[in-house]
Amino acid sequence: MSGAASPTLEVRNLRTHFFTRAGVVKAVDDVSFTVPRGKVLGLVGESGSGKSVTGFSIIGLVDPPGRVVSGEILFQGRDLTRLSEEEMRDLRGNRIAMIFQDPMMTLNPVLRIDTQMIETVLAHARVSREEARQRARDALGMVGIPSPEERLHAYPHQFSGGMRQRVAIAIALLHRPDLIIADEPTTALDVTIQGQILAEVQKLSATTGTALIWITHDLSVVAGLADEIAVMYAGRIVERGPVAEVLDRPLHPYTVGLIGSVPSRNRRGEPLRQIPGMTPSLLNLPPGCAFRARCPRADEACRAEPPMRELLPGREARCFRPHLEAAAETAA
Amino acid sequence: MSVYLLRRLLQAVAVVFAMSLIVFVGVYAIGDPVEILISPDADQLERERAIAALGLDLPLWEQYFVFLARAMQGDLGRSFVFNEPALRLILQRMPATLELAFGATIMALIIGLPLGLYAGLRPHSPLSRAIMAGSILGFSLPTFWVGLMLIMVFAVQLGWLPSTGRGPTRELLGLQWSFLTWEGMRHMLMPAINLSLFKISLVIRLTRAGVRETILQDYVKFARAKGLRPARVVGVHVFKNILIPVVTVVGLELGSTIAFSVVTESVFAWPGMGKLIIDSINVLDRPVIVAYLMIIVLMFITINLVVDLTYSVLDPRVRLEAKGT
Repeated sequence: MSGAASPTLEVRNLRTHFFTRAGVVKAVDDVSFTVPRGKVLGLVGESGSGKSVTGFSIIGLVDPPGRVVSGEILFQGRDLTRLSEEEMRDLRGNRIAMIFQDPMMTLNPVLRIDTQMIETVLAHARVSREEARQRARDALGMVGIPSPEERLHAYPHQFSGGMRQRVAIAIALLHRPDLIIADEPTTALDVTIQGQILAEVQKLSATTGTALIWITHDLSVVAGLADEIAVMYAGRIVERGPVAEVLDRPLHPYTVGLIGSVPSRNRRGEPLRQIPGMTPSLLNLPPGCAFRARCPRADEACRAEPPMRELLPGREARCFRPHLEAAAETAA
Repeated sequence: MSVYLLRRLLQAVAVVFAMSLIVFVGVYAIGDPVEILISPDADQLERERAIAALGLDLPLWEQYFVFLARAMQGDLGRSFVFNEPALRLILQRMPATLELAFGATIMALIIGLPLGLYAGLRPHSPLSRAIMAGSILGFSLPTFWVGLMLIMVFAVQLGWLPSTGRGPTRELLGLQWSFLTWEGMRHMLMPAINLSLFKISLVIRLTRAGVRETILQDYVKFARAKGLRPARVVGVHVFKNILIPVVTVVGLELGSTIAFSVVTESVFAWPGMGKLIIDSINVLDRPVIVAYLMIIVLMFITINLVVDLTYSVLDPRVRLEAKGT
């Protein structure tokens, strides 16, 4: 219905706040990004930076006391924040799917795999049970589960963690969604399984044109998978740009710290660099740049709130003291 | 599976045996039935004849072995008072108690589960608070008082329901049941409500706690993310998970209701086993007490087994197998 040029998802100034007794937690505070068709956005940040809440806001599953306070979530041109619960339900699992972090917890332990898959088909398509079963079996085959017909009869506890995550991915793929939100889906898996799943997801996204938001704290996963990267800190996106450029020449001091703390072959023997201090509490965040207290480059200017601005072509960051000299050096 | 059942059966036999020994000695220690059973004006000769007839002249261990030998052949002794086989005496009254207990349990589930679900899903709504407050009353009001109030309101003042007895019964499988006649149902209603009040509260609280816990699980959120309708998320994904604790507790509750619904049966003059056991304890009618408690032990063992079997249906991770050797 929308032109090829319009992105699958466009989030504008999203704010999701949690109204707790202790005060308002601004878990997502003025977040904007776009995900074009068939592209992968890596949403990176530490625990508590608001990346998961961003995902749940898009799919409309933020539970009280949390709620989307303002902003627009344009999915194929429709603002999801204005949809009714029933319209939203019809999109979930159908046009927008989500994969969760812990595969041991996402499948209902007391229901068989076929039950959990068929119900997903029937929630959105008027097909016979037999047809639904067929689709479930095909989806299992697609994510590389051997002898899918038999595995349909199994219960979740009869699968390994990696297999369960494949089942969860198969469920997400049942209706060939236009957008998949993957919330750290490989964190709980071991590295070889992680690699296989990443390769398969990438292939699917490329062949079906599905847009993908990959939420993770693991920069190495994003490096191989994403087209764009958005780094979140304390509920805000602090840096955004094409993945190779951001990882090579980070602008925001937080991104620099994040990359510096990843173990690397080039710096063997050196102690790992840490970002000093702790993630600030989102409750009563002080005014100005949230990273100020931990930032080696912070000065008086950072007491004001830095706006998101384009510092290099296609590169945005929320910083008054970005690492532009390094960028200029390498560029020269 | 058959190994598992066999093991359970052997355990049951051992428990019944231990139980019979404890009760036998226990009742002996409480007092001498002779003093109660034989009229004080009886002369020495009559006394001795009666004692011999009841088998009370033998030493205790010998009495026990006589009892045991007969029990092996299905004879649990004759009541001192009624001079009838104790087993028959109990079985005659069992249907009355069974139908009352089952009626109360079914009522507890039909009323308790929906209310508990509602209270769990909307914990802050005024209705949920009212349900929870009501369940505290259900827990704490004494049964006999509630029974008397029910009689006063519905039998005496309004005259809607009969207050005593079972009403007309109809035969099914060789036993007399009240629930098969309309009049019998009317008789059963008040005692069943009286018995179920505590159970309703229990089911409400268990269900609510289960819902509150399950609703936070990732698989519930994932079910919602799949776009399932709320009715399916609650009715299938949540409900099947909370049934496990509910089945456990309701099973045990059913057992203790059958065994110990003495108060309700007394208040409503319901001719069940509870009344029989109280009367038997009063006159130290040992064969009836022993037989009754053995039946109750067997029943608890059966209920536990059924609960365990139900687990394996509800939770595929539970497998009933003999562990170890």
